Amino acid sequence: MTTDIAAETLKLPSLDYAALAPMLILFGVGCVGVLVEAIAPKKARFPVQLVLAVLGIAASLTAIVLAAGTEKVTAAGAVAVDGPGLFLQGSIAVLGLVALLLISERSLERGGAFVAQAAVTANSEADRDQATRGSGATEVYPLIIFSLGGMMLFAAANDLLTMFVALEVFSLPLYLLCAMARRRRLLSQEAALKYFLLGAFASAFFLFGIALVYGYAGRVDFAGIHAAVLDSPNDIALLYIGLAMVAIGLLFKAALAPFHVWTPDVYQGAPTPVTALMAACTKVAAFGGLLRVLYVAFERSQWDYRPVLGAIAVLTMLVGAVLAVTQTDIKRLLAYSSIANAGYVLVGVLAISKAGLASSLFYLVAYGFSVLAAFGIVTLVRDADGEATHLSRWAGLGRRSPLYATLFTFLLLAFAGIPLTSGFTAKFGVFAAAIEADQTWLVIAGVITSAIIAFPYLRVVVMMWLSEPGESTPAVSLPGALTAAAVTIGAAATLLLGIVPQPLLDMTENAAHFVR
Amino acid sequence: MSLSPYIPIVGLFALGAGFALFSVAIAPFVGPRRYNRAKLDAYECGIEPTPQPIGGGRFPVKFYLTAMLFIVFDIEIIFLYPWAVSFEALGVFGFVEMVLFIITVFVAYAYVWRRGGLDWD
Repeated sequence: MTTDIAAETLKLPSLDYAALAPMLILFGVGCVGVLVEAIAPKKARFPVQLVLAVLGIAASLTAIVLAAGTEKVTAAGAVAVDGPGLFLQGSIAVLGLVALLLISERSLERGGAFVAQAAVTANSEADRDQATRGSGATEVYPLIIFSLGGMMLFAAANDLLTMFVALEVFSLPLYLLCAMARRRRLLSQEAALKYFLLGAFASAFFLFGIALVYGYAGRVDFAGIHAAVLDSPNDIALLYIGLAMVAIGLLFKAALAPFHVWTPDVYQGAPTPVTALMAACTKVAAFGGLLRVLYVAFERSQWDYRPVLGAIAVLTMLVGAVLAVTQTDIKRLLAYSSIANAGYVLVGVLAISKAGLASSLFYLVAYGFSVLAAFGIVTLVRDADGEATHLSRWAGLGRRSPLYATLFTFLLLAFAGIPLTSGFTAKFGVFAAAIEADQTWLVIAGVITSAIIAFPYLRVVVMMWLSEPGESTPAVSLPGALTAAAVTIGAAATLLLGIVPQPLLDMTENAAHFVR
Repeated sequence: MSLSPYIPIVGLFALGAGFALFSVAIAPFVGPRRYNRAKLDAYECGIEPTPQPIGGGRFPVKFYLTAMLFIVFDIEIIFLYPWAVSFEALGVFGFVEMVLFIITVFVAYAYVWRRGGLDWD
């Protein structure tokens, strides 16, 4: 009898495989990557994994391009495939591919930037041994592929539960990757533990927020929440507290103040290629999720959340800019810079308009390319003990290696938003959208903090060009082909998006429509 | 809304708490006192939490590996059971999905096996 009842009520979800293909391909490739780890002989793993990962991401990107123009909700309402979703997925794939080049570099450091066994006690004999020789773990490839797949799902999730699962799928591999730096093992382990503990807290907030929103709306899908905001008989306080807690989870991932505290420590301790991946791809994914939640599910509450998130944007820009001034480590400086930049993206997001959505998408891509190239150069400035990240070591770098100092100067100017760089186009876009939406106060804060944060950038520039190289100034290592390619792509994109931004601007403009 | 359906739950909670308190309170009076080493250990099996060498030191993770592997299969069973119950309703689609699910679980299992996670020593 029971089966008959089940047969009547049970409806199988319709799956649009073409629209889901970008994520399915990556998850499939991730599983194959784990099998390669299990079966392939040790020597063969690195080339096999590299080829597999590149092909996987390329295939996923192809599927995204083929799906362009799709606007539908599929998999029983769990996944929305629309303009912003596909654009974000495409950005994650492209930026992930460039980050993968940095991650795969093995000529700077014998065996790559990763250790074979991250659990070995730091500073023990076995640890020193594996730091100086031995090939790094190739498990990083499946981890990165799973993480990228999770990010893509996060940007396309159409209900809060799918979003939570995607959040965990892309976060858990990142926690592990942070712990695998070849040098400065203690810092790396500390970074991973901090990121994990705080990330778990943020996930708990997010999950509890989902429960409260469900209590208010009776649904977890975004269309249902959207409908319930207008006519739910339940106490509106449930909605406010729920939205606040969901937002905390998202703001944590996007590293917005006051939920940014993990960022400098994690960015500093993690292996630099992984830091680049986090600064570029995780930011895209986190803002993708935030955009969808704010624009699709809670659009009708915008008058309630806009002032609060506006205050958070101002605080983020201020904290990022002011604390960047005091930094003495290049990776921490770039971390605070990424916090400030997250604040600028939030200004665009808070326009709550088509222009706001389009300019935020543009900003995320432009910043992603610049930050990948910047961290790529950080991996090159090194001595026998690994990367020389203390700022004093960068003094006089312009004399030692003019090419890389010029490139880094250019990237810093892009972060500062100087015209003819992508940073200018991107900032102009978000500020214009915010003014159009009567959020002038955010723009005023944005301009003031841009002036403040230009100071630490220029200080690095002055240091590189106007000081004499000291004894401790390391020579810049000759990059391998992979790092050179990644830095070139990042810097070229920064320049191109500054001079001829129109194709990408048109693309974001066309993509900027969410399906509900 | 009537709260009456919750009264049995409260009753059960009180009963449970009462039993626990009673057991702890009565044990020193009626139980025999025969101490041995095992009774003073923190756990009856697994790793001794103390004493540890200064600065940490290494400890075996094989218990954790076993526990985690157990959880993997435990979760698999949790998903298999409802599928088995409504196998006919789910049809070929459910069967294919379940096979895919089991394959992904075995991918993890194959990794653990090849990397020596199943060797005790």
